[in-house]
Amino acid sequence: MPLLEVDDLHVSFGTPDGVVRAVRGVSFSVDRGRTLGIVGESGSGKSVATQTIVGLTRGARVSGRATLDGENLLGADPDTLRRIRGAKIGMIFQDPLSSLHPYYKVGWQIVEMIRAHERGTSKSAARQRAVDLLDAVGIPSPRTRIDNYPHEFSGGMRQRVMIAMAMALNPAVLVADEPTTALDVTVQAQVLDVMRDLQREFGTAIILITHDLGVVADMADEVVVMYGGQVMERAERRDLFYRHHHPYTEGLLNSLPTSGRRGKLTPIAGTPPSMITPPPGCPFEPRCVHAMDRCREKPPTVEIPGGGPHTSACWLPVERAQRTKAEAS
Amino acid sequence: MTTTEHNAVAPLLEVTDVRKHFPIGRRPLFGGPQPVLKAVDGVSLQVRPGETLGLVGETGCGKSTLARCMVRLYDLTSGTVNFNGSDISTLSRGELRPLRREMQVMFQDPYGSLNPRRRVGSIIGDPFAIHGVAEGDERKRKVQDLMELVGLNPEHYNRFPAEFSGGQRQRIGIARALALNPKLVVCDEPVSALDVSIQAQVINLLAELQERLDLTYVFISHDLSVVRHVSDRIAVMYLGKIVEIAGVDDLHDHTRHPYTQALLSAVPSADPDAVAARERIVLTGDLPSPANPPTGCRFHPRCPKAQQICVTDDPELVSRLGDDAVHQVACHFPLADGELLTASRPAIADIDPDLSFDASAAEKGTSA
Repeated sequence: MPLLEVDDLHVSFGTPDGVVRAVRGVSFSVDRGRTLGIVGESGSGKSVATQTIVGLTRGARVSGRATLDGENLLGADPDTLRRIRGAKIGMIFQDPLSSLHPYYKVGWQIVEMIRAHERGTSKSAARQRAVDLLDAVGIPSPRTRIDNYPHEFSGGMRQRVMIAMAMALNPAVLVADEPTTALDVTVQAQVLDVMRDLQREFGTAIILITHDLGVVADMADEVVVMYGGQVMERAERRDLFYRHHHPYTEGLLNSLPTSGRRGKLTPIAGTPPSMITPPPGCPFEPRCVHAMDRCREKPPTVEIPGGGPHTSACWLPVERAQRTKAEAS
Repeated sequence: MTTTEHNAVAPLLEVTDVRKHFPIGRRPLFGGPQPVLKAVDGVSLQVRPGETLGLVGETGCGKSTLARCMVRLYDLTSGTVNFNGSDISTLSRGELRPLRREMQVMFQDPYGSLNPRRRVGSIIGDPFAIHGVAEGDERKRKVQDLMELVGLNPEHYNRFPAEFSGGQRQRIGIARALALNPKLVVCDEPVSALDVSIQAQVINLLAELQERLDLTYVFISHDLSVVRHVSDRIAVMYLGKIVEIAGVDDLHDHTRHPYTQALLSAVPSADPDAVAARERIVLTGDLPSPANPPTGCRFHPRCPKAQQICVTDDPELVSRLGDDAVHQVACHFPLADGELLTASRPAIADIDPDLSFDASAAEKGTSA
C-alpha cells in the first residue's frame, strides 16, 4: 500500500461569482523515498489539491479519500490534523519570508515547533536539534545563525530554514509547493540538492508541486500533469518526457524554448478554462488541436502500455505514445 | 554575425562606463563619504540596430538598473549613454522628450503596470496623447490597429484591464510600448509572470513584431532558456558588472567565465536524460552585497579558479584565448574550450590571505 494515497478528490469553493470547482476527481499516490512531481499552470488545481490533504483549505467543500499510512486525512478533526501536520507531513511554500514569523529568531521558531509536537523535549535539547537541522540543510555556522531573524537571511538561506523546520520532526511526507520558484537558478540548484540529500538520508516521500518542467525532469520519479482541476496524464519521469500520450503534456513540452533551437515556439492556443463553468468533457478540449466530438463527454483514463505505470485521460489511441517515443529516440 | 559584420554597423545604443550608485543610510555625522549601493558599476556595451541583446544575471546583479539607465529612467552617477547619435545622459527633460518616442520600456508585471480604473483603449492611446500625435477618431483608429497588431480583439477597446488574462495584459503593454514606432524596446522580464503555454505565445509575438517593425530589443530575464531563445548576443552580469558578453552560441559553446558556466549548468532542462548526463556546478555561498562588493574580481570569493591576483586586480572585459572581438570576458583565468570547473568550492579558501603577491603566477594567468 502506498504511503500517501489520494483517491477521487473533489474540492470546490463558494465565491461571489459562483462555485469554483478547483479540483475535480484527482487521484495520486506516493511511496516512501520517492518524489512525485505535480505540474500544471496557474489555476490547474495543483496547490489546492495538496493543501486540502493537509487541511489548509478551510471553508471548501471536499469529497473523496486521502490516507496517510492508512490514517484518514480528509475527515480528521482539527486536533488530529494538527498532530499529523508537522509530525507526519512537512510543508514548504514558495515564499519563505511570509512563512516565517518576522518577529522571532529562526531558532526560536524551530524550537517552538519541536516542543509543540513533542511535549517532553527540553528547551536545550530542542535547540541542539535545531542547530543540527540548520547544519544539515547547509547553513554555515548554524550555532550563531540560529539567533538571527528571518530578514537576516537571503532568499535561498530562508528556504533552507523552511526545509529545516519542515524536516524537524522527520515527517514521512514533505509537501513542497513551488519551493524554488522565487529563487535564482544557482540558488535553486543548491536548494534542490538539499532536498535530495535529506530524502536519501531519511527516506522521505516528497510531493513537489511546480510549474517548471525542468525542475520535474531533475527531481521527480513520477509525474502527474494537471489541467482544469483534473489529472491529464500520470507517468514515470522518462515516460512522461519521452513517450507522453496526452495532447496537453505534448503542448506544454512544445511551448518550452529548447536549447539551441531558435525560430518559432509552438504555444498552446487560447487560455485556460473558467473553473466556475468548466467544459463538460475534457477540460483541454477547447484548446486541443486533436479535439473531436466525443471529447465533450468525459474521456476515460486509459492505461498506456509499455514502460512504467502510465495513464492518460484522452480518447486518442494509446499507440500515440509509442509514436512520440520513436520521435524522441 | 562575424566581427567585421558586427563592427560595420553603427550602434543604435552605446553605453560607456555607466555607473549608478544609490545612496543608502545616512551620511556619517562627521564627514566621510555617503555610503552607496553600487547597482551598476562601470558597464560598457553596444546594441546594434535590429539585434536582440539579452541581459542575464541573478537577483540584485543590476540588470534592471542598467536597463533603466539605458533609457534614462534613472539619471546616471557617471558615464554616458549614446542613443542614435545623441548623448542622452546629459539632456534635460524637455530635450529628452522627442527621443522618448524612440525608446520604450515593457515591464514584467502585467497587473501592476496597467491602471485598473482606465479603459484599455485609453491606456494604449496614452503615448499618442502625451506626444500629441493623434486625436479623436484618428487616435481610436490607431489604437485599434495596434490592438490588432498584438493579437487583441479591437472591439475590446472599452474594456478594463481586469477583464483580460495575464497574457492579454502583457499584449496591452506591448501595444502601448509600440504605439509611437520606437526603435529600441527594453523588455524587462516581459514573460516571467506568464505560464509556459502563454509565455510561448508572447515570445512568438515579440519575434514577429521585431521582424515586421525592425525593432531593436534589450531583453532582460532571469530565465536563461528564454534569453537563449530570443537573443542574438547575451551579456552576463554579476554584482553590477558585465563578466562576459558573446554571441548566443559562443556563450554556450565556448563559455569563458567560471560564473557563466555555473549559471548555465544550473538551468533546469526538461530533458531527464540530458539532466542526468550533465555536469552540474553548484556554487557555494550567496551573492555578496552590492553595497560592499569584494575587491578585485567580484566573483573571487565564490570562484573555484580564483588566485591571489583575483583578490587584488579587477579584470578587464576583453577578448581572450583567441576569441573574436564580439566575445569578451572579464576574468584572469578564463576557461579553455571544454574545460569544466571541477570543484565547486571557492578556491580562495585554500589561499593564505597573507600570501605575498605572486607576480609570476599572475603573469602566466593574464598571458594565457
